[in-house]
Amino acid sequence: MHLAIQAVILGLLTGGVYALMASGLTLAFGIMRVINVAQGAMIVAGAFASYTLFTDFHVDPFVSILVMTPVAFAAGVILQVVFLRPLRSDEREDLSLLVTWAIALGFEGVLSYVYQTTYRATLPGYVNRSLTVLGYRISVVRLAAFGVSCLILAVLYVTLHRTRFGRAIRATVQNPMSANLLGVDAQRVSAYGFGISVATATAAGAVFGMVEPFNPGSHYDLISRLLTIVVLGGLGSLGGAVVAALFMGVAEAVLAAEISPTWSSLTFFVILIAVLLFRPQGLLGTAERGAL
Amino acid sequence: MTALLEASDLRRHFGGVAAVDGCSLAVEEGTITALIGPNGSGKTTVFNLITGYLSADSGTVRFLGKTLRRPDPTALFRGGLSRTFQQARVFAALTLVENLVVAIQQPRRGLFRAATSQADRARAVEVLDEFGLAHLADRRAGELSFGQRKLLEFATVLMGRPRIVLLDEPTSGVNPVMVETMERHIRELHAQGMTFFVVEHDMHMVMRLCNPVIVLDHGAKIMEGAPGIVQRDPAVLDAYLGA
Amino acid sequence: MRTLGAGGLARGLGFTACLLAFPFLFPEHWVVNIGIFTVMYMVLATSWNILGGFAGYLSLGHAAFFGLGAYAEAIAFEHIGIGSGYRPFAVLPLIGIGVAVLAVPIAWVALRVRAATFAIVTISLLFIVQQLAFNLHSLTNGAQGLSMPIPPFSVSTYELPFYLAMVGVWAAAVLASWYVATGKIGLMLFAIRDDEERARGVGVRVTFAKMVAFVLSAGLAGMAGGIFAYYEGFIYPQFAIDPLVTIGAVLMAFLGGRGTIWGPTLGALILVPTQQYLAFSQGASQLYLIAYAAVFLTIMLIMPRGIIPSVADFVVARRPKNGAPRSGEPATPVTGVPS
Repeated sequence: MHLAIQAVILGLLTGGVYALMASGLTLAFGIMRVINVAQGAMIVAGAFASYTLFTDFHVDPFVSILVMTPVAFAAGVILQVVFLRPLRSDEREDLSLLVTWAIALGFEGVLSYVYQTTYRATLPGYVNRSLTVLGYRISVVRLAAFGVSCLILAVLYVTLHRTRFGRAIRATVQNPMSANLLGVDAQRVSAYGFGISVATATAAGAVFGMVEPFNPGSHYDLISRLLTIVVLGGLGSLGGAVVAALFMGVAEAVLAAEISPTWSSLTFFVILIAVLLFRPQGLLGTAERGAL
Repeated sequence: MTALLEASDLRRHFGGVAAVDGCSLAVEEGTITALIGPNGSGKTTVFNLITGYLSADSGTVRFLGKTLRRPDPTALFRGGLSRTFQQARVFAALTLVENLVVAIQQPRRGLFRAATSQADRARAVEVLDEFGLAHLADRRAGELSFGQRKLLEFATVLMGRPRIVLLDEPTSGVNPVMVETMERHIRELHAQGMTFFVVEHDMHMVMRLCNPVIVLDHGAKIMEGAPGIVQRDPAVLDAYLGA
Repeated sequence: MRTLGAGGLARGLGFTACLLAFPFLFPEHWVVNIGIFTVMYMVLATSWNILGGFAGYLSLGHAAFFGLGAYAEAIAFEHIGIGSGYRPFAVLPLIGIGVAVLAVPIAWVALRVRAATFAIVTISLLFIVQQLAFNLHSLTNGAQGLSMPIPPFSVSTYELPFYLAMVGVWAAAVLASWYVATGKIGLMLFAIRDDEERARGVGVRVTFAKMVAFVLSAGLAGMAGGIFAYYEGFIYPQFAIDPLVTIGAVLMAFLGGRGTIWGPTLGALILVPTQQYLAFSQGASQLYLIAYAAVFLTIMLIMPRGIIPSVADFVVARRPKNGAPRSGEPATPVTGVPS
């Protein structure tokens, strides 16, 4: 029982980080109907950037998030304008998959060239410390990562529901044509939306780099998990992504503890298939365009 | 006598808005029934619910005596109910002949035969000819004008030999000559026994062509009757003019 | 009636003859080796295209079926003992059918969702198969991989049987493609790609058509995998079931023209030798990934329909101004079905 609860705690903490990673993905789909398969690669890029900032410039990984966010945002806007905007809207869903996959490969290629394929990890001094709460061990880094993820997700939520820009985003998600008629600049929303998506990815990458060793090829594993989370939660639903991420995190951790770590990685996919058999629109998604 | 097509207490909301709010109506066989109502009254939504393109929150549809909780467009088409769309949906990448042939129902084993048999093609060309499109038979549907697409779409749904055709604004966005063409085809097919259920904004056409006329407002039926009576009904006028 | 113009048949036979003659004209080992991989990708791209090009359902897990075929072949040797020599080739049709049968339940689950989610589900499929390969030790030997026997072929023409087998599978793939494209199934698939909801609405048996395409696509890829396993002599989970294989096949289909019959073959013909050359001259660096990415992006943005349709458009545009096709010639020629 103790082991199970320990696993649940670990699962929740991991799930929180997954939620942050997945939020950008589902946001991109909701706004632009773009499936950003490069999200994993951007997270890894964020991890490498944070790693370099820490190892060469002694910037604490959490602080590096502040540095990377504006850069990542700008990069996201540029990527969207150059590669995604030219796609015709009726083909965008399909082609975005391939275009972003190509971008992911590009990232992987560049990162491999610069960093080679050795595994890295960002290891600040406090990386091995842990707290003991009610008899359960909680790694400080994972707790902080969870905390940061919650914070960023909260900021995201507030932005979406309390600012004009956020309203514009939500309007575009629900009904792009009407939103356009009401003066929302769909192109601008798409570009900035993608920028946000990339910024959350790099932030997540910074924390990811502390809890798992990574190399340029790590994005495959990441993106496959994130895609399952996003589909499970319903493409375009932010709340769904969060719930699904937490669910998957816990499920994987519990299965790893109770059964075996090697089979636990299959968890994601098996759950996905099981859910899709009964609810093709995911747990929280709607069959039509979802609301964030 | 039970109606050919019936909707009972259909409800559907989007977010907080009830687009269809307890809509019950019936279409009798052999009629050209109109569905009218101010913008936003839920006409197209009702069509979508009846034909299974949208799932209803509650309510049922009865067709040919069978009650359907979740209508399926494929089954309905095979059963003799087809519909057109406001935007005139056709298969743009296929030729006109192919557009029609793909709608011809096949037995399972026929699915491995060649795409277009002599017989299929002949039938398709004949139908295209009736609609004045035979000279474009092997052009891609994507090359057609909007009015031509509407005709093609109409022709396509006829390939299923339907008993009832639901037309969603068949004359919107087309020139007056096309309006007349559409009307003529509807009359001719009606004379041969086909039932029509038509969403229309063109009141003149409705007055000329349809009886009865069902009026929708705020997602529910408010009135039904002969065109002349409906035209003068205060509730209807209120719906169109009022808040 | 299926039309196969005399021109189309001649081109097809001519090309096949060239393919068959190739290893005899250029018998150096490294050349035939490239030839094998080129034809292999021709199969992968052509088979992918049946679902991805004709129906518009982009499967990103195509490599999973390739891998299943590879493992099926290796397992057949390891656990069933089919022996060496030409037997592993004789077993190929069974492997194709086996993978196809396995694909049926997979298709049934995967095709329940709409096209965007489908792509994601197929990515998951790839990883599931890879994980299974890693974890089912008793069957697949896990990360240590499985080995195939070294066949007793003569050293000087060692690659020849593999090459010819691959060409055989390729011919099957192209024939299957042609048969589907000119048949009712093809018509249904093109309608589905255009407007699936509408296709349902005019009574098209959508699920049946998609499943046929999916299963056919899988079986063909499986056969290519079977030959690959025998040729390599040794298969590991991460190489037999590799996302880059899918991305390669997809890229080639796009380059040549997805939705056409010969497009994927053309794409493979261009890209595989190029990629092999780059890998050779650039060494083991991952720079070829950047090249892949660059080519892909360029095609997406400049020539999204691929070479064959773009060329066909160009030719049509230069016809006499009345635009009407020559009598008897359909606007959608069999070999150049619009994407």
